[in-house]
Amino acid sequence: MSNLVERNGRTAGLRRRLGRSVWAVAEAMAAPRDPGDYVDMFHPLRRGADLRARVVEVTPEAGDAVTVVLRPGGSWTGHVPGQYVRVGLDVDGVRRWRSYSLTSPPSAPGGTISITAKPVADGLVSAHLAQELRVGDLVHLGQACGDFVLPDPPPGKALFVTGGSGITPVMGMLRSGIDSLQDVVLVHSEGAADDVIFGAELRALAGDGRIRLVERHTDRTGRLAVEELRSLVPDLAEREVWACGPSGLLDVLEDHWAAAGLSDCLHTERFRTTLAAPGEGGTVRFTTSGTSVDSDGATPILDAGEAAGVLMPSGCRMGICFSCVLPLREGSVRDLRTGEVTTASPGDGVLVQTCVSAAAGTCDIDH
Amino acid sequence: MTVMQKKDQNPVGHLMPEDVEEIGRRLDEIRHDVVESRGAEDAAYIRNVIDVQRKLELGSRAVLLASLFPPAWFVGTAGLSVAKILENMEIGHNVMHGQWDWMRDPKIHSTTWEWDNASPAEQWKHSHNELHHTYTNVIGRDNDLGYGIMRVDEDQRWYPFYVAQPLWNFVNACFFEYGIAAYDLELGKNLRSKKRRSSPDFKARGRQVLRKIRGQVLKDYVVHPVLSGPSFLSTLTATATANLVRNLWTHSVIMCGHFPEGVETFERRSIEGETRGEWYLRQMLGSANISGGKPMHIMTGNLSYQIEHHLFPDLPSNRYQEIAPKVRELFDDYGLTYTTGPLPKQVASAWSKVVRLSLPNGFTERLLERLTGAVTDGPAGRLRLVQSHT
Repeated sequence: MSNLVERNGRTAGLRRRLGRSVWAVAEAMAAPRDPGDYVDMFHPLRRGADLRARVVEVTPEAGDAVTVVLRPGGSWTGHVPGQYVRVGLDVDGVRRWRSYSLTSPPSAPGGTISITAKPVADGLVSAHLAQELRVGDLVHLGQACGDFVLPDPPPGKALFVTGGSGITPVMGMLRSGIDSLQDVVLVHSEGAADDVIFGAELRALAGDGRIRLVERHTDRTGRLAVEELRSLVPDLAEREVWACGPSGLLDVLEDHWAAAGLSDCLHTERFRTTLAAPGEGGTVRFTTSGTSVDSDGATPILDAGEAAGVLMPSGCRMGICFSCVLPLREGSVRDLRTGEVTTASPGDGVLVQTCVSAAAGTCDIDH
Repeated sequence: MTVMQKKDQNPVGHLMPEDVEEIGRRLDEIRHDVVESRGAEDAAYIRNVIDVQRKLELGSRAVLLASLFPPAWFVGTAGLSVAKILENMEIGHNVMHGQWDWMRDPKIHSTTWEWDNASPAEQWKHSHNELHHTYTNVIGRDNDLGYGIMRVDEDQRWYPFYVAQPLWNFVNACFFEYGIAAYDLELGKNLRSKKRRSSPDFKARGRQVLRKIRGQVLKDYVVHPVLSGPSFLSTLTATATANLVRNLWTHSVIMCGHFPEGVETFERRSIEGETRGEWYLRQMLGSANISGGKPMHIMTGNLSYQIEHHLFPDLPSNRYQEIAPKVRELFDDYGLTYTTGPLPKQVASAWSKVVRLSLPNGFTERLLERLTGAVTDGPAGRLRLVQSHT
C-alpha cells in the first residue's frame, strides 16, 4: 500500500517534471513570444491562460437590466455569494473593465456564473453588455472579489436593505443561502413595481414564506428614511444588516448605525467610488516613489514629475515615441493635444503618455 | 541630394510661415478624424493580422518538419518567410510605435511587445521611435541616414571607407536584423573608445542583445531543426532562407523610405526652435512612398505609406491608405513634391545613390569630363589633365 502511494507520488513528480520540460521546449520554440499565445488561439479557456469567459446566455431583466450567463475558463477559482467580478469588454475596440455583482449560486449547473447589470446613464460598457454582447463571445474576467458576503454560519436574523440594482449581490446570497437563512427581511426600493429586478422571483420567495419582502416604490413614496425603516423592521437592532444601493441611502444607514454604536452589524457595498471631477489641473501622485506634486492643467505630467525629482521615463516629448507611457491607476488626465479627458477607476491601469497628458483633477500614476 | 537649406531652388522657398502653420493645422485635422473614428473594425483588423500570422507560422513550421521533401521545403520556407515579414512589419513595427495602444490590450501594446528580430524591442524603440522619428533626415542627428556605415547624402562627409559601401549595404541587407541590433547598440561608436566600451550601460545593453540573439538562434537553428529529426539540415536551411528573405525584403522597404531621389535632407541647425508645422513639413519632404496594391501595403507594414506614417507614426497602419489622398491633396495645394513610385524603381533609385555616393561628390563627373575631354579634345584635354595635377 505504502509502496503504491510512493509510486503514485513518484509518477506525479515525474509527470510534473516532464510537463515543465515540454513547456521549456515550447518556450524555446515560440521565443520571443509565450507559447501560451499560440495555444490561446485554439483553447482560450484553458487552465493557465489569462482568465476569460464565454457568453452562454444574455437575458433581459426588468428595468432594462440584463443578466449574462458566462462559462469561465479553467483558471476560475470560484466565488462566494455577494461578491463581484471584474469583466473586461472591448467596446468600440477599447478594452474596458467594469465590476458586476455575481447573481448565480457558486454551484450553478455547467459551472457557469451569471452577472446582472443595469445600464447607467452614459454607461458605455453596460450599454454594450445589454445590446452588443452575443452568445459565444469571449470576455475577459478577473477573479471574484469583495467582502460583502454572508458569514459562515449565517446569522439567525438578517436584514437586507437594497435600492435599484443594489439587489444584485443580495440576489446571489439569497439564491445560494436561502436554505441556511432562518429569518430574512428584505427592504427593497425601486421606482416602480415593474422595474424591480428579479421582482417575480423575490415575490415568489415571499409567497412561499421564505423571506419577508418589503417593496418600496419610490416614485410614489419618496426615499426610504431611517425612521421608516425602524417602523418597518421593529427588531432592527437585533439583525445583521447588508445594504447595497445609492450612495445617499448607504450614507444615511452608516450614520445611523454608527450613532447606535452598531457599525459592526452593518455591511455596505458601493458600486461607484466618488471620482475627482476633472478640472483645471490637480495633484499628481506617483504611487511607487511616493511623491505628490500639484500641477496646473497645462503642465505635462512628465514635466511635473521631473520638476519634483521623480526619475521619469521619457523620449520625444511630443507624443510620438511612447517611451514615457505610465499606468494611470485612478483619477483623470487631460490629453494636451485634444483636450480629451481619460479617467481611470480604481484597479485600472490605463497607460497614458505622460509627455502630452496633464492632471485633470487628482490622479495616481504608478511609478 | 543636398540639404534643403543649401539648394539653389529651395523646395519650400515659396511657403510663408503662415502657410506652414496652415499645413500643420490641416494635418492635425486629418489626425483628429482618424483618432475620433478608431474603433472595433480597426481592432478586428490587427487581431486578424496577428491571428493569420501566427497560424501561418505554425503551419509553415509544421510543414517544415518534413522539409526533407523538396515540396515541403519550398512551401514551408515560403510560408515562414511571409510570416516573419508580417510579424516584423505590419505587426511588430507598428505595435511598437504605439499604433494599437488605444485598445488598452496589454497583449498588443507598445510597452509589452517583443518581436521576432535580433534587436530587443526596448532598444529598437529608442533608436527608431525617439531618434529617427524625431530627427528624421537631419544630417548629424538622424543615424538612419546611412545607418553609420554609408553615405547617402552629398552633405555627408566622404571617407575612403565609403568606397566599398555598395558591398556594406549588400551585407547589411542579408543580415539586416543583426545590423539593426548593432545599430541600436551604436556598436561602432561604443566600441571605438575604451571608456564607452566599459560603460555599465553599454555592457548591460550588450548582454540584453546577446540574450535576445541566443533565443532567436536557439529557436530557428537548434530547436525546430532538431524536432524535424531526419529533416534537421533541410529545416535549418529553410529557416535560414526565411530569415534571409525577411532581411532582404525589410531592408529594401526601409531603403525606399528615405533614400530614393526626391527625398529632402535637412541641416542640423535648421530644426532649432522648429514649430509643429515645420516638423510636419520636414516629415512630408523627408519620406517617400511605394505605390502598389493591397498585398504590397500589408507586406511592407504599410510603410508603403511612409509619408503618412512619418506624419502620424502612432495612427493605426490600416488607416494610412484612407488618409493618403487627403495628404496628397495638401502636397498639391502647396506645390510640394509627393515622392512615390513602384518598389523596383524606388529600390533602384536608392541603390544608385548608394553606389554614386560611395565616391566623393562630383568625382564621376570630373572623371568623365577628363576622360571624354581627353578623347575628344586631343592634346588640349591631356593638357588639362596635366594642369589639374599640378
